[in-house]
Amino acid sequence: MGGMALPQVAPVETPQIEEVPADDRPWVTIVWDDPVNLMSYVTWVFQKLFGYSHEKAEQLMMEVHNKGKAVVSSGARERMEMDASQLHGYGLWATVDRA
Amino acid sequence: MFRRNGDLCVASFAVDEVRVLRKVAGEVVGLLMDGFDHTDPVVSRLFPDIYPDRPDDSAEFRLYTEGDLKTGKIDQAGAILAALPDDGPGEVRLDGEEAEAWLRAINDARLAMATRLDIRADTDLGEELDEAVIHDPASSRVFQLSVYAYLGYLQESLLNALPGIDHRA
Repeated sequence: MGGMALPQVAPVETPQIEEVPADDRPWVTIVWDDPVNLMSYVTWVFQKLFGYSHEKAEQLMMEVHNKGKAVVSSGARERMEMDASQLHGYGLWATVDRA
Repeated sequence: MFRRNGDLCVASFAVDEVRVLRKVAGEVVGLLMDGFDHTDPVVSRLFPDIYPDRPDDSAEFRLYTEGDLKTGKIDQAGAILAALPDDGPGEVRLDGEEAEAWLRAINDARLAMATRLDIRADTDLGEELDEAVIHDPASSRVFQLSVYAYLGYLQESLLNALPGIDHRA
C-alpha cells in the first residue's frame, strides 16, 4: 500500500468471520437405525457404496445400531442427496441435513 | 441357503422355496408397478423423505430421483425372477452383480413385509411366530412371518457367500 492521501473512510463493519454463511456450511448424509436391515447387510452397503474398509464400515454400522443414527458422509448438498438416494436404493433409511 | 463356489454364490432351492421367492419378488414388482401410493407405509419406507422436516424439498427431490430409484428396485426384483427356475426345484448360480441385485431385492422384500407385519426393534420373531401359531396355525400371519424369517437367513447366507469385498485383505 502506498502512502497516497486517500480520504479516511471508516471501514465497513465486517462481521466476525466465525459464522460461515448458511449456504456454505457442509451437508451430511444420516443413516437411521431400523429393525429390519441386517447388521452384516448395512456393513456391506457402507463398504460397497463408500469404499470404506470393513473395519470402518462396521464401526459406522454399530454407531447406527447403538445411537439410532450416524453421519455416513459429508460434503456438498448435491453429493449428499446422491448418497442418500443411493442408500435408498439399498433400502437403508437415509436423510440429508446441514452439518 | 447360499454358499460360495469359486467366484459364484450358489444355492439349491426346493420347489416350495422357488415358489415363495417367486411370489415375494413378484409382489415387490407389483407394489412398484401399481399406482404408487405415498401414504402406503411400505412405499414411504422404501422411498423415505430425504428431508424429514421439509416436505416441499423432499417432494422436489423425489420428482427427479424417484423414477430411477423405482426402476432400479424393479430390476433388482426382476433379477430374482430371472435366476430362479420357472417351477420346480433347482440350483441358482449368481455372479457378483447378480448377487448384489438379489441382496438388494431380498432387502426390499423384507422391508415391505416387516412394515406390514409391524416388526419393531423389540420384536422377538420366534415369540411372534409362536403366538401367531397358537392363535391360528393356518393364518396368513404365520406364513408371512415364516417367509420373513426365511428371507433373513437367505440374505445372511448370501452375504457370507459373497466373493471379494468382505474377504479383502
